[in-house]
Amino acid sequence: KIESLKVTVDFLKVPLGLKKPPLKEALAAVPGRPKVLGVERHKPRHSNTMDNESQYSGYSYKSAHSRSSRKHSRDGSRGDKSVTIQAPGEPLLDNESTRGDERDDNWGETTTVVTGTSEHSISHDDITRITKDMEDSAHLDCSRHLGVSLAGALALLAFLTPLAFMLLPQLLWREQLESCGPPCEGLFISVAFKLLILLLGSWALFFRRPKAFFPRVFVFRALLMVLIFLLIVSYWLFYGVRILDARDRNYQGVVQFAVSLVDALLFVHYLAVVLLELRQLQPQFTLKAVRSADGASRFYNVGHLSIQRAAVWILENYYHDFPVYNPALLNLPKSVLSKKMSGFKVYSLGEENTTNNSTGQSRAVIAAAARRRDNSHNEYYYEEAEHERRVRKRRARLVVAVEEAFTHIKRLQEEDQKNPREIMDPREAAQAIFASMARAMQKYLRTTKQQPYHTMESILQHLEFCITHDMTPKAFLERYLTAGPTIQYHKDRWLAKQWTLVSEEPVTNGLKDGVVFVLKRQDFSLVVSTKKIPFFKLSEEFVDPKSHKFVMRLQSETSV
Amino acid sequence: ITALSCSVSFQQRIEIHKLRQGDNLILGFSIGGGIDQDPTQNPFSEDKTDKGIYVTRVTEGGPAEVAGLQIGDKIMQVNGWDRTMVTHDQARKRLTKRNEEVVRLLVTRQSLQKAVQQSMMS
Repeated sequence: KIESLKVTVDFLKVPLGLKKPPLKEALAAVPGRPKVLGVERHKPRHSNTMDNESQYSGYSYKSAHSRSSRKHSRDGSRGDKSVTIQAPGEPLLDNESTRGDERDDNWGETTTVVTGTSEHSISHDDITRITKDMEDSAHLDCSRHLGVSLAGALALLAFLTPLAFMLLPQLLWREQLESCGPPCEGLFISVAFKLLILLLGSWALFFRRPKAFFPRVFVFRALLMVLIFLLIVSYWLFYGVRILDARDRNYQGVVQFAVSLVDALLFVHYLAVVLLELRQLQPQFTLKAVRSADGASRFYNVGHLSIQRAAVWILENYYHDFPVYNPALLNLPKSVLSKKMSGFKVYSLGEENTTNNSTGQSRAVIAAAARRRDNSHNEYYYEEAEHERRVRKRRARLVVAVEEAFTHIKRLQEEDQKNPREIMDPREAAQAIFASMARAMQKYLRTTKQQPYHTMESILQHLEFCITHDMTPKAFLERYLTAGPTIQYHKDRWLAKQWTLVSEEPVTNGLKDGVVFVLKRQDFSLVVSTKKIPFFKLSEEFVDPKSHKFVMRLQSETSV
Repeated sequence: ITALSCSVSFQQRIEIHKLRQGDNLILGFSIGGGIDQDPTQNPFSEDKTDKGIYVTRVTEGGPAEVAGLQIGDKIMQVNGWDRTMVTHDQARKRLTKRNEEVVRLLVTRQSLQKAVQQSMMS
């Protein structure tokens, strides 16, 4: 079996219209094996519903109530689970701050999932978007199903043909066959083992989950399928004419004919390995991927790939290299952009209450009126410095709180004698110490605008995880202090399957120096540009180890 | 002969006309020394704590040799600017000013001093 299921699958709409060879169109986009479409499934979200409750209740309890409830929770947190869940009185997910973010509006609702395997499960927040996708993909999947079945049939045919070649004479004209002793037996054994090797090799090479749906057919795979098809057809032709019709009596010749087919199939498999796997390994190009929203960029080295495969490669690396896209961090604060209040230093009201006294303010007004020039860059600078200071202060508080919280629990040693009531499992331990750090954590996340990414439940889970593995507070905090890559966050919310490839050249073209293509999502895009890795001319210089000699320098001497 | 008091200056004035070579004006000698250098390495100075600027090489046929500069001379002044307590780089800069065609040096040398002393003693 050379070509079985996997293969290229279509995943987006490519805006480029290209000439489509009909055969390739038919073979286009073979989807992955685990193909269960259109299954909607509610993911169990018990904890999230509880989050919902705590969130809404916390929201209503926001100001004064929260403090008292927090105080209670701190004392009674050890044994009483219900109280600890409400412990952070203010919601970690603040509705008003994320109003503009559509992802957060529906996070409490059930999600619909189109499942193939767990790897490919997606969750769209917008149901209409799902139905639209399903309509689109339904059309494509029909062609993919066709492609898969075609490839599977071809593979099966290729595998069974040698066996058929050897069996048919036995079945049809057994009496007239010349007996064939040891040579035939040797050939039988070799056929058996070669077919086994072919089977294993095909399993290793082709039986893999497709990592993406490509918009266009994967040229090399199509090529290989055509090659196999032609090979099989020509062998059958010869077989039919020379052997079946003529009723050849030389059985050894027939068996050798079958063996030659198996050899040819093995060589095609070798060709497949070289074309599909080996050719792209040697790096030839450097791709620069820049995210359009905030300028985060990375460089990658790739070999000879077509544009669509390079796009998938970039995406695979995007999810673990790029810091997560945070729309809240994009814009300059409005205070900076407004020109009216130049001369005022604008502070957001929060911890710092820095309003000057009235004389100071009036002086500022007079100064502003007098100067009347655009100071927004100045304001930006001060705003940035202020923000930086605030973040550092909150971070310091958070670190101290977490350190202190971690000192409250320790692992149970064998020799400690504790009554069973006091022994906790990791989850309970996490809930126990969460209360003391919750407020600091929440304030820090708010300041760095990360609060949509971390629900209370996720923090608790992470805390439980860290406690189980004996991590230090610093290890616990590394997840929150820096914005991690997208793949670190909860899969359903931040991983999206749907990317659109925009390219001026046909996407099955190979990469060349200067090719630019764009990978688009709804809110941002990745602009990828290609540069060829230069040809290095290495020359050799031999240095005799004995040639390193030195003298004292008398003085520096300059000639004039 | 009574010994004269040392009010005689053991110095010589040398006027060097710079030679133009392409974009540069060259004088044709090399200097060493300076207050930022190590004075004990100076082979020409009599007093090893002297941090003055000394001529360490004179190119043959160059403008300096033509003007009479000799190896081992200590440069006291360049165009009127005192060069006895300067860094190496400052000395170089004063000598290689781009727009000057002529530099007038005030130099002193041991042989000169010895000659004067001998003439005083004889």
